[in-house]
Amino acid sequence: MTWLWNNLDLVLGLTAEHARLSALPILVGFAASLPLGWVAVRVPWLRGILLTVFNLIYTIPALALFVVLPGILGTKILDELNVVVALSLYATAMMLRGTVDGFASVSGDVLQSATAQGYSGTSRFWKVQLPLAGPVLLANLRVVSVSTVSLLSVAALIGSGGLGRLFTEGYNRPFIDEIVIGIVFTVLLALLFDAILVILGRLLMPWSRRRPASPRASFLRSILPGRVA
Amino acid sequence: MIEFTDVTKTFGDSYAVEHFSLQIPARQVTVLVGSSGSGKTTLLRMINRMVDPSSGTVEIDGEDVAAVAPVALRRRIGYVMQSSGLLPHRRVVDNIATVPRLTGVAKEKARARALELMDVVGLDRSFALRFPGELSGGQQQRVGVARALAAGPNILLMDEPFGAVDPIVRADLQQEVLRIQAETETTIVFVTHDIDEAFLLGDQVVILAERGRIVQQGTPEEILANPADDFVASFVGSDRGKRRLTVSASGSGDDQVLVDAGGYPVGVIAAPGGKLAIGNASPKSRSVSNKTDQAGDA
Repeated sequence: MTWLWNNLDLVLGLTAEHARLSALPILVGFAASLPLGWVAVRVPWLRGILLTVFNLIYTIPALALFVVLPGILGTKILDELNVVVALSLYATAMMLRGTVDGFASVSGDVLQSATAQGYSGTSRFWKVQLPLAGPVLLANLRVVSVSTVSLLSVAALIGSGGLGRLFTEGYNRPFIDEIVIGIVFTVLLALLFDAILVILGRLLMPWSRRRPASPRASFLRSILPGRVA
Repeated sequence: MIEFTDVTKTFGDSYAVEHFSLQIPARQVTVLVGSSGSGKTTLLRMINRMVDPSSGTVEIDGEDVAAVAPVALRRRIGYVMQSSGLLPHRRVVDNIATVPRLTGVAKEKARARALELMDVVGLDRSFALRFPGELSGGQQQRVGVARALAAGPNILLMDEPFGAVDPIVRADLQQEVLRIQAETETTIVFVTHDIDEAFLLGDQVVILAERGRIVQQGTPEEILANPADDFVASFVGSDRGKRRLTVSASGSGDDQVLVDAGGYPVGVIAAPGGKLAIGNASPKSRSVSNKTDQAGDA
């Protein structure tokens, strides 16, 4: 613990870097998966191709991708852009299936009814299909968020990677406390991201949590006042 | 007036509707009734271009709907479907205001109108800020009807709107439709497979067989009195006990008990002094016609 207090600035600095480098790919992955998912839902034969391609991308080991990307992007090997691009690809790959599921989860009756009321194709997408896919999108985005935060640590091997550097350094010295601190702060960061997403979800989708109480729940409530929340 | 002229619709190799022609008078309720496969929903959806005919024309007041942009057309025609199809992420008041908002009416004005419409369909204003998922099925259908009325359409299309609500609520909603129609004089085209509902609501009832073949059309009274063939007789139930009623010998006083062919009592009829009063029964008195639903098999 003394190590943490002595190196608090370093740890907080790495945490900030970790937050920045993982937030970017999460946002890019989410944004990229929307048009891809939309196309995949609209064009059945493209759906299989898109999902397969991104599944394949996901199977490329992270370290290999970090090493290959500079050659493709023309960046320097230590440029953190490599990390952001690689993690964005993984995030997109992870998110895409969720986006497809999300769009497909919207009730056909609701979509038909929206069309019957006079929504045009685009306004139906933005005002009906996208918001209603929200709960499924959010569930998948939470998974993407947590795994991106943890995956970023690997990038420490090529010089960036935020808190991951505490792992490489702690391993080389060797100094177990540093590794434990790295793990704890990574977990805290992942929890923070998750909490932000959950709160955003509640603010943006107040309708998704409200359901009429089941008859059973109502019955229990009526006979057990104060016991069943 | 809505006019179908020689309309055919194919989906792939199969015919949904074949050579269908029908005139639907304005400011009345026309009910298309038939079992599944009769193409009734397909026909309904041709009116607002949810489905386009493969051949033939659909005209509204002489204007071919094929010449009208679908989105604009749909905004001026109310539509209610079985699963209310409400937007789960919009509050009740905003669901009702959907079409006015789409056509650019200011939010405050559209919401104020939506609240008025809640009164019209008999839904307490306290539900205005709830989400559809927090309402019962019957309440959701009331919202669906209010939404369909919000833009003040001349035409209201209703696709088995009350098929999924319980019989008591359904009877209530049916009365609301009759009341609203009488007040607004909207042209209503109503699709159902329930012949009792058709007879209750329809000024004109069109009985459809497979692929939109019209077996009989007319007022409920005409159809009930003179079923065109065995199919209609069986469909309306006049061949079974349900609609063939006789006066039971066990009646007493000024009322006589009516029994169906199975011997079950289904109602009473006024018989002052033990004699049935024949005559001035108004064909428009719809309030009793749904009582035949007791067996619940319709």
